Amino acid sequence: MLEDKNRIFQNLYNDLGSDLTSAQKRGDWKDTKEIISKGREWIINEIKSSELRGRGGAGFPTGLKWSFAPKEVGSRPHYLVINADESEPGTCKDRDILRFEPHKLIEGCLISAYAVNANVCYIYIRGEYFNEGQKLQKAIDEAYSKNLIGKNASGSNWNFDIFIHYGAGAYICGEETALLESLEGKKGQPRLKPPFPALIGLYGCPTIINNVETIAVVPTILKRGSKWFSSIGKPKNRGTKIFCISGNVNNPCNVEEEMGISLKDLIEKHAGGVIGGWENLKAVIPGGSSMPMLPKDICENLKMDFDSLVEQKSGLGTAGIVVINKDQDIIKCMARIARFYKHESCGQCTPCREGSGWMWRMLERMAKGEASREEVDMLMDVTQQIEGHTICAFGEGSAWPVQGLLRHFKKEIVKRNNFNPLVNKSNKIPYLVDQHLLEKDNAEIKS
Amino acid sequence: MSLKKISKNQPDTFEFNKQNIELANKMISNYPEGKQQSAVMSLLYIAQRQNNNWIPLASMKYIAKFLSMPYIKVYEVATFYSMYNLSPVGEFFYQVCTTTPCMLRGAYKLVDVCKKKISEDENEVSKDGKVSWMEVECLGACINAPMVQINDDYYEDLDANKLEKIIDQTIRGETPKSGSYRGRINSEPENNRKTLMDIKNA
Repeated sequence: MLEDKNRIFQNLYNDLGSDLTSAQKRGDWKDTKEIISKGREWIINEIKSSELRGRGGAGFPTGLKWSFAPKEVGSRPHYLVINADESEPGTCKDRDILRFEPHKLIEGCLISAYAVNANVCYIYIRGEYFNEGQKLQKAIDEAYSKNLIGKNASGSNWNFDIFIHYGAGAYICGEETALLESLEGKKGQPRLKPPFPALIGLYGCPTIINNVETIAVVPTILKRGSKWFSSIGKPKNRGTKIFCISGNVNNPCNVEEEMGISLKDLIEKHAGGVIGGWENLKAVIPGGSSMPMLPKDICENLKMDFDSLVEQKSGLGTAGIVVINKDQDIIKCMARIARFYKHESCGQCTPCREGSGWMWRMLERMAKGEASREEVDMLMDVTQQIEGHTICAFGEGSAWPVQGLLRHFKKEIVKRNNFNPLVNKSNKIPYLVDQHLLEKDNAEIKS
Repeated sequence: MSLKKISKNQPDTFEFNKQNIELANKMISNYPEGKQQSAVMSLLYIAQRQNNNWIPLASMKYIAKFLSMPYIKVYEVATFYSMYNLSPVGEFFYQVCTTTPCMLRGAYKLVDVCKKKISEDENEVSKDGKVSWMEVECLGACINAPMVQINDDYYEDLDANKLEKIIDQTIRGETPKSGSYRGRINSEPENNRKTLMDIKNA
């Protein structure tokens, strides 16, 4: 278990208060000026050598992303955008950062904005997090009043402004280019990439987009040194991470732990175990609903980091762990996730718009046992027609979990869905057009 | 994609009140010059707040003029995002999350309560106009499941009985206390906390 002194988010449960004075007691806004005075190159190299990977789901190395921004500001200004549109089912880590550690985020914004030459930062918060947004706004106002941000922010000679932009309940706006569209006041439909936002992003200007958690850990990494951060976790999967454990566990919770911790430890130690005991475990969704679920036998020895989960054909995603026990109907659970994707598809690409609904309808029937055997293979076919055929990763996000279900629980689906569409004996089915062929007299005539 | 029903009873005109014009101009000033279209989402929120939590078509036309952008672009945004109500909702607007993490912990029992106590059909406002409800997708409080959002506030760790009491309160016109209904503090593991104990006990 990670030692308490190595935890970055000391106020994860709000024992200490989220206001500026309490935050400063925890070490926020300390030496900010000194860090900035070490220069852009130093900051980016330090983040690179800390091996920090983006916490928003894709796990892209943060230092590398920052280095894509043009070194000099040309005719167009640079922007920093923070993605706080946390809508992945099973994930609620950013909410607690916005509520209880807003100053870590704001300080991180200033440092990273300086590193990528941005004077303006937009924080895109999902509309449902209205109260969390108000708390963040209060923290921003506090920081302005102490001149920690604003003109000559923290005495660094760097002018820096932060604005909050509320979303309005669209999951797709968590996709970075859809988020930019939404920020520009359009409907949130993802853009084609390339060009990548680092060169052509918000208003056509170079834009760096990062998740809340990624930016909130930046000040601590720079203060304690990249060596400290990279000494935690496993190679290429360094540092700490907030895990959200929800579903059928005794004590659902958020907890900050090191990368590569075993899943069993997380569930048994922190979340109070599976309801009905470990033996009652059916499956676990390891990284938010977009990541394929894994059955109990894989969960026994599973390590929670990006690369170990990819080996199991799943992913760490946002580290939202959803535990499903044997009292639940696994097909019904998947059908509900499919309904989520049907509802949230932006409708831009046909395979995703039509396929997500198709998968949902099939899964609903499979949960009731009304599907035919052929449809089980057809479902796999539909998922493969979606993945890789869409503009953004939503296609994969909706298709992969269904593939995960088919990979691990196909037997269960087949067992339940025995319906044979070929009618062998006479049934009084009013809409069956070929009924007459089954009737004996007609059969004789035919022969 | 979500279906949006636009109300049949539409007011003829809409204008921001004086206070909201100031607020709207402040929102526009958050964005670079000439990019005032970015403020359309905030302005729709302002209109929704001014007009009893729903957005009439007249306000979209008004906002289009306010931001000098085509009406259809405002209409597109208002119909794309699910948080803009295009027909009237109750004074207390319940949004019940039923996505898988909440479903696993009994969200559909909450839906049954809403059907019984508020209205059989979602989106149908109760007769006195006080309450209405709707099933929504993940609200991002999965570890506090099951939960509902009433207007701006989250009500967490619920069960059928607790929700019935909350609904009774709102029918009487009282605003219930938001937060966890099992007495737990934020997102900490109840009675099982093993981290940051020094800080907790300090």
